[in-house]
Amino acid sequence: MDGVIQLQRQLVDYTASLFHEGFLDEQFNQLQQLQDENNPDFVVEVVSLFFEDSERLLNELAKALEQQCVDFKRIDAHVHQLKGSSSSIGAQRVQKACIAFRNYCDEQNTEGCLKCLQQVKHEYSLVKTKLETLFKLQRRVLAAGGSIPKPI
Amino acid sequence: MEIIPFFSIILFLSSPKNPFLDHTHTHHSGKLEISFMEFGATSRKKNKMVNGNQKFRTEITALVVDDDTTNRTIHRRLLQNLGIENQEVRNGKEAIDIHSSGRNFDLILMDMDMPIMNGIEATKQLRAMGIRSTIVGVSTRSMEEKVQEFMEAGLDDYQEKPLTSAKLISILHKMNHNGSV
Repeated sequence: MDGVIQLQRQLVDYTASLFHEGFLDEQFNQLQQLQDENNPDFVVEVVSLFFEDSERLLNELAKALEQQCVDFKRIDAHVHQLKGSSSSIGAQRVQKACIAFRNYCDEQNTEGCLKCLQQVKHEYSLVKTKLETLFKLQRRVLAAGGSIPKPI
Repeated sequence: MEIIPFFSIILFLSSPKNPFLDHTHTHHSGKLEISFMEFGATSRKKNKMVNGNQKFRTEITALVVDDDTTNRTIHRRLLQNLGIENQEVRNGKEAIDIHSSGRNFDLILMDMDMPIMNGIEATKQLRAMGIRSTIVGVSTRSMEEKVQEFMEAGLDDYQEKPLTSAKLISILHKMNHNGSV
């Protein structure tokens, strides 16, 4: 029994830290609230979709910025999409990085855009690692017979 | 757990002039009537209670129009959570096509920025087709003028992304109040 309690404590603390450090925001709680016995893997499923979409968009962005003639409209559309989906899952830091990116698109500043792309990629890979760790912790709690505490 | 007021919209259409209305829809009969019922009273009759969780079915149907897979999945789950039967399409053109095929929905959640046909264009076309469904624009607020343009295309309401249960419930409340024609 002790093992489960300790794991649950670890899970709660880790989740809280992700919120405190701004990796996740309230929207992530919304997703957790949508998970129930009939939709037990909802959060993992949605986040996996987010990972797939994001990786595709990041590749498109890198390609677009390598072009002789940079299509800023197209780049802006991709960043807009990434901003939207990151805000939908509560990936706050990725969302913020996208906002900065769009400003450079408006200015048609290739140098600025390249820097922003690096920043977005960095934030994305951070939140991806954090979420994967979170899900691993959740699986350990479940395997030990515990349950994932729901947000209030 | 908070009690979500449950309501059901019973659509009775006096003379359906809209050729795109689905005539096999079970709601057709006399006059337009909206009833707002407390959760407890309705649940026994119309709703399916599952495991004591407040899962229930309404008679509202919805269409999610969004080019992003993550957003579509979340919006559909939000709708499902409130017992609303729903479908999805990926852009404005597909929204037009599904209506042209005879399908009709009480509620349409319309994203603004989509490829092939965007939300503004799709809303204009749906209204031109005579579609009277509640169309709610759902988008990240970029510029006031864009939102204004979107509203003028024929929206009943506009909600900023990301969508939440609370926002969806406020949409449903508005539908209920504006219903009497």
